[in-house]
Amino acid sequence: MPVKGVKQAPIVVEKDSVTVRGIELKGQWNRMFEPRVIDDYDLTHLDRVAALSGGESIEFCYQCGKCVPVCPVDVVGNYGPRKIVRKLQLGVDLTEDADLWLCTTCMNCLRVCPKEVDMIKIMPAVREQAILDGKFVPPELQKTFENIARYGNPQGESPRKRADWAKEAGVPVPIMASVKRPVDVLLYVGSYPSYHPRGKDAARAMARVLTALGVDFAILGHEEKEDGDSVRLAGEKGLYETLADSTIKTLAKYRFNRIVVFGPHEYNAFKNVYPKFAAENGLAWDYAILHYTQFLAERLDQLTPLLKKPIEITTTFHDPCYLGRHNGEYDAPRRLLAAIPGVTLVEMGRSRENGYCCGGGGGGMWLDSFAGGHQKMRLSERRVQEAVEYGASLLSVCCPYEVSRFEDGVKSTGNDGKLIVRDIIEMIDEAMRAE
Amino acid sequence: MNIIVIVKHVPDLVEELEIAEDGKDLNRDFLKFVVNEFDDQALEQALLLKEKGGGTITAVALDAPEIDQTLFTCLAKGADKAVKIVGDLEGRVTSHAAAHMLADALKAMSHDLILTGVQSAEDLDGQVGPLLATYLGEPHVSVVTGVEARGQMVVVRQEYAGGVTGEFEVDLPAVLGIQAAPQPPRYAPISRVRATMKEKKLVEIQAAAADGAGLNVRQMVRPQVASHAEMIEGNTDTVVERIVGIMAERGLMNG
Amino acid sequence: MGNVLVVVEQLNGKTGEITFEMLGKGRELASALGGELHALVIGGQADELGIADKVWVMGDGALAHYTSANHKAALVAAISAISPRVTLIGNTSIGMDLAAGASAATGIPLIAYCNALRVEGGQVVGTSQIYGGKVLAEVAPEDGACIVSVLAGAFPASAGRSDKTPVLETLAPPALDNRVRFVRLIEPEAADVDITKAAVVVSVGRGIQSADNIELADGLADALGGVVGASRPVTDAGWLPKSRQVGKSGLRVKPKLYLALGISGAPEHLEGMKDSGLIIAINQDASAPIFDVAHYGVVGDLFEIVPALTEKIKG
Repeated sequence: MPVKGVKQAPIVVEKDSVTVRGIELKGQWNRMFEPRVIDDYDLTHLDRVAALSGGESIEFCYQCGKCVPVCPVDVVGNYGPRKIVRKLQLGVDLTEDADLWLCTTCMNCLRVCPKEVDMIKIMPAVREQAILDGKFVPPELQKTFENIARYGNPQGESPRKRADWAKEAGVPVPIMASVKRPVDVLLYVGSYPSYHPRGKDAARAMARVLTALGVDFAILGHEEKEDGDSVRLAGEKGLYETLADSTIKTLAKYRFNRIVVFGPHEYNAFKNVYPKFAAENGLAWDYAILHYTQFLAERLDQLTPLLKKPIEITTTFHDPCYLGRHNGEYDAPRRLLAAIPGVTLVEMGRSRENGYCCGGGGGGMWLDSFAGGHQKMRLSERRVQEAVEYGASLLSVCCPYEVSRFEDGVKSTGNDGKLIVRDIIEMIDEAMRAE
Repeated sequence: MNIIVIVKHVPDLVEELEIAEDGKDLNRDFLKFVVNEFDDQALEQALLLKEKGGGTITAVALDAPEIDQTLFTCLAKGADKAVKIVGDLEGRVTSHAAAHMLADALKAMSHDLILTGVQSAEDLDGQVGPLLATYLGEPHVSVVTGVEARGQMVVVRQEYAGGVTGEFEVDLPAVLGIQAAPQPPRYAPISRVRATMKEKKLVEIQAAAADGAGLNVRQMVRPQVASHAEMIEGNTDTVVERIVGIMAERGLMNG
Repeated sequence: MGNVLVVVEQLNGKTGEITFEMLGKGRELASALGGELHALVIGGQADELGIADKVWVMGDGALAHYTSANHKAALVAAISAISPRVTLIGNTSIGMDLAAGASAATGIPLIAYCNALRVEGGQVVGTSQIYGGKVLAEVAPEDGACIVSVLAGAFPASAGRSDKTPVLETLAPPALDNRVRFVRLIEPEAADVDITKAAVVVSVGRGIQSADNIELADGLADALGGVVGASRPVTDAGWLPKSRQVGKSGLRVKPKLYLALGISGAPEHLEGMKDSGLIIAINQDASAPIFDVAHYGVVGDLFEIVPALTEKIKG
């Protein structure tokens, strides 16, 4: 076992033969089998991971296995950090193994790991190495990197159409470059609410809700780009740095009091990752960052009276990994749900700290085909089944990755008609539409 | 084998194209450019040939907006050298003029094989590959989907309609218009492209004067939206109902 | 002189449909220019070319197999011998070798990707389809003569057939250019299904997003008693075999019903399916060119519509 990250030579205590009170005891009688070989594994690949910046903690693993039952990927396949470490010990090169691309960086393993083996750092580091070494990268992920590098969004849509969703919002959606004055809230929309048909529904709902609350907000429009956090976790660090640099410089042009983000991934990027990047690169980054559920939960006094139309439905809430486990926010979305008249919330077995993963994090959003070949079902499909098992008719979410993932899951698991999927902002918007 | 790969920037068709005021070219003020997708295939084919049989790869491009980034990406993927031909290259360069300039530059560069994309989106006056080959006096094959080196020749496959393929032996030096490499073009990580930008330099060559294509562009127009599709609108149920109705009317519902 | 020369395309001894399309158009151009319609056969047979006033036959066994080098040399020699005003060549794999090669060798300008041709005030004016079909450029040669590479399907083939017997004349072949040598023709592997014979083709394009989603199309095709086809990106990605590819480098289909799912409709694809009896297209992008040839169109999410449609058809 390593001490302070440095591997120690094994102390050999077994002897072939000892003499006790004049009687020679041969070692072989004490053993059931042949002498055990305990240290002749080829540890090259394990050592290589441990040598990566971010990969060090792989050596801490002592194979207790607590991580496996909480790993959402293991639930639908054969996976888990312990198994990955074991494969590395047995000589598997992780940079060439399909396991490398299946981790969604949901962080449930790190939550239970007594040794703090940090797969959230290890996996991106090994992925980065694999990409730099020209190893196999699933083509769908490669295409996404190319799209983001070229267009600033994973879908490969025209950057000029980034704010097109706003045309049908029914309320004015100001754009920073045109308002030419400081605003209270900079709404960072994100790529899925900007381009995905269901994401756009949520974006429009958001614009209407903010307008109804009289919030002074604006968006970046075509100046906005993918934040890059999932790109970083998928291993394309260089692309992430380019995106971070560009976003930090774009935001520096404008004055606002706070940034409200749609997505937990942007929240994580802006709150936890960008500050370090900015500091290392001599850039300014000092903003108040709020997930939209937090921003609205702070304004419940003002919001609640506007929610006049009851939505009579039993819902369950899916905690986004990057809002919940990664950033500790479990209550704001639930407070919003509680404020909508008619809504009954049931909790699923896997919720809050032990919430299940939709499969979209850490690049999983762009690896569905590849992952599908290594799993019995998609994580999103497993989650949809769980929501149905708990008697929910509506699965409420607050991460832009999730609506489309879960809606696909509803169809593919044959639960069409039994379960609908809505972003919380869509529910609030709906509840504001009193007759 | 020493391979030259010709890459070209074309307007990105993801963006809306606008016609210039004089009606004779695209409005190039706001155009975004992207590497011709077939040239990407040509580079991948070259990289595979190099990995198998050694040699060098030189990427060559006429100057164009953002072309440096593309040439550095070629280097990051494994090209050994990148050459930019500079000169009076504003607006749309005809394929004939491009081929003349390339031929002039390539005469001075020793090579066994020249690979380029089979076509590009703006080959109004023909594809660069066969034009270039003729100016250089080298043999040429278009629509190539497989290349194998065999001594002083290559064995190539040319794709025809209906999945029929012709196999040919081609003496070197030769020019090939690549339709598809045996595997999808590889990815160049951004950090490697950035490192390449710091480590390597592009070689610049002055373009020779070149004649045009001998064509007058009278006008460019967007195709009339003579969209004869009747659009079906409404929610999924309505749409499905209507499609089934249309199919039933024509007796298409019984297999 | 305003003669029109059509370069006959033959592969495996069979004259391609494109040849008759060009002959029909060539006949019209020749009348407008007050000249004759000529056809050029390089190393092949001169049957079925009755609509031409004259058929030039060049070559012998050495030119029987198409090679880019020899056939280009032959075409260049024929153009200088015949001096046509307009030379029509199909925009096919072979035509791509020949048209640009001959233009470079003769200095005669080339109008490529042509889908419309007319004579105006004694001058030939062609329309070239560029930028993936998003722009049409109307061009005319600066001087008299021009070479035109013609898109397949641009003109009707019926106008190019006739029972008449044309005048045959032989042309001496040029010196052989053996730097490109024919080895063999490879026929496609026996296909699992023949999409050209199906009455219903459910075709998928880039919009299907992944190999997994092909089963959506399978389900719909099953329900309709049809087969699944694809556009090039789908077969290139290996999600479906090459034998399912519809379009220029794939197969031309003419089913009673063609359902285009997530296919934007690049010109190369449209070429292979636009004559289908009924075309229904589903695509996210309202400006996709597929809607220009479809009879009915839906702007929407195929992942929502297709399963619902399949269910409905199954009853």
